[in-house]
Amino acid sequence: MVYFLIIISAIFVNNIVFSQFLGICPFLGVSKRINTAVGMGAAVTFVLTLATIVTYLLQRYVLAAFGLEFLQTILFILVIAALVQMIEIVLKKMSPSLYQALGVFLPLITTNCCILGVAILVADGTWAAKVPGAEANLLQGTVYAFATAVGFALALVLFAGIREQLAMNKVPKAMEGTPIALLTAGLLAMAFMGFSGVV
Amino acid sequence: MKRLESNLTNMVLSLTLVALVAAALLGGLYVLTKAPIELQKQQKQQAAITSVLPQIEGMTIAEPEKADGMTLYKAYKDGEWVATAVETTENGFGGKFKVMIGFDQKGNVVNYEVLEHQETPGLGDKMTFWFKNADKQGQNILGSNPADRQFVVSKDGGEVDAITAATISSRAFLKAVNNAYAVIAASPVEAATGASQQVN
Amino acid sequence: MSKALNTFTNGLVRENPTFGLVLGMCPTLATTTSAVNGMSMGLATMFVLVCSNVVISLLRNLIPDKVHIPAYIVVIASFVTMVQLLMQAYVPAIYETLGLFIPLIVVNCIVLGRAEAFAAKNNVGLSLLDGLGMGLGFTISLTVLGAVRELLGTGSFFGMTVYPDNYGMLIFVLAPGAFIALAFLMAAVNKLRK
Repeated sequence: MVYFLIIISAIFVNNIVFSQFLGICPFLGVSKRINTAVGMGAAVTFVLTLATIVTYLLQRYVLAAFGLEFLQTILFILVIAALVQMIEIVLKKMSPSLYQALGVFLPLITTNCCILGVAILVADGTWAAKVPGAEANLLQGTVYAFATAVGFALALVLFAGIREQLAMNKVPKAMEGTPIALLTAGLLAMAFMGFSGVV
Repeated sequence: MKRLESNLTNMVLSLTLVALVAAALLGGLYVLTKAPIELQKQQKQQAAITSVLPQIEGMTIAEPEKADGMTLYKAYKDGEWVATAVETTENGFGGKFKVMIGFDQKGNVVNYEVLEHQETPGLGDKMTFWFKNADKQGQNILGSNPADRQFVVSKDGGEVDAITAATISSRAFLKAVNNAYAVIAASPVEAATGASQQVN
Repeated sequence: MSKALNTFTNGLVRENPTFGLVLGMCPTLATTTSAVNGMSMGLATMFVLVCSNVVISLLRNLIPDKVHIPAYIVVIASFVTMVQLLMQAYVPAIYETLGLFIPLIVVNCIVLGRAEAFAAKNNVGLSLLDGLGMGLGFTISLTVLGAVRELLGTGSFFGMTVYPDNYGMLIFVLAPGAFIALAFLMAAVNKLRK
């Protein structure tokens, strides 16, 4: 049951883009077409889940064990950067077809703040405050990270769908480009607010 | 000056140097800021405890006790129990919130402080001051007691007015107060044993 | 002299991080619930930006090309950690409000972007000015956005009540308002530019 709550909370109620404001740059950047949005969403899901597991273990067995919590930021960002590189190399060797689908997005992911953000939330256990009954352990944290990434992918694909339609419409000159995209995102965020209080 | 060539020695050397200098600087700063950070945390906790307890000259606060997942800070004067601050966590509208509630000898609420919360800004987050508004007795819980007055929102048949448009937050808040009161009412009052911290 | 002035004003106006380059959107939207919060976030970012620009400019010839990104990340992350420690020690209330977004300065595209695009190619003086200009541009944008949201949402300006908050449009303090307020500010800036 608690896993169900975590998933609903992470995808809808506390959607990472619309209510937590993480990962806005790729959200605005690669949402012009649906198929790129799907690719980016899949790549983020993959990296985010893996990065969360690795950073959680590092926090628990290295940083906390030696009282070095203050090095969290520096260690996490380096680990994430290295992990992304490794995934790229492994994918290239093991599964060229998957690499073709996700490869172009991988370098963009290191500076996607939702990866580092979620890694810190899970390592510190602060994410659990938003879900009744959740405990900040590895399994639930990983489920949370995975669901968050699915929420990101959902937001990205929804948004890309709207923007594809929007591209065919006439928009006031000053609103062209980013402003109209932000306005659309605002309306979507309002729709997602309807989920608040569900969990 | 020309940029260093990208051979193995140069790469390893430069990265190691950058990392070493960074680690040394951060380690130094960590040691320097450790004491002030600790002090800030303690002061915050201390300020919350004293603000929810009655102002009594020469009162001492005992070491914290745990009960039912809550933390109790009992206050004594001349060896006699006078008040208790209870820190408790409850599920609100946006997630868990943490509140410190002070009760006097009669079990009346002296004051409360919301320490952490995830409630909606402008709606549920009004709980930080809503229930201690002395001008509106319907919503004020200070000075009254869950035993004499039903600490339930009026919509559910109780005697406390809920925050406008934030009934769930209000229900959760009152539940936290009732739970804290239940612990106070259940715990036997004993003489000061662990009194250690001097207030004032 | 004119080059120095140009470098400084570049970040303020032409390549303003928020309205010109559209970088660093996450903290821009997340931390601007009030003018003070926006300004604090802007200043924290500016500190990191200036320091990392200066250090990277100093080290630019000592770091081989192939490892420049990891080296820059270490430098930036160190300054971010310094900001974290200092804020926790001396302004804990602000640190708690900004929360997660302080460590996330590391992945703010502006910081690494300026390191790559400017500090790695220019001398220390110019890099300092670039950092100051960009940082100030970012801070001003965040403060303006924060002030607009605070005024519309809660009826106050830098914490001073302008009109009773019962008449405020709460939506501007909540998540959707962030997107909408920024959209209209950006449209206004686009209009003025022409």
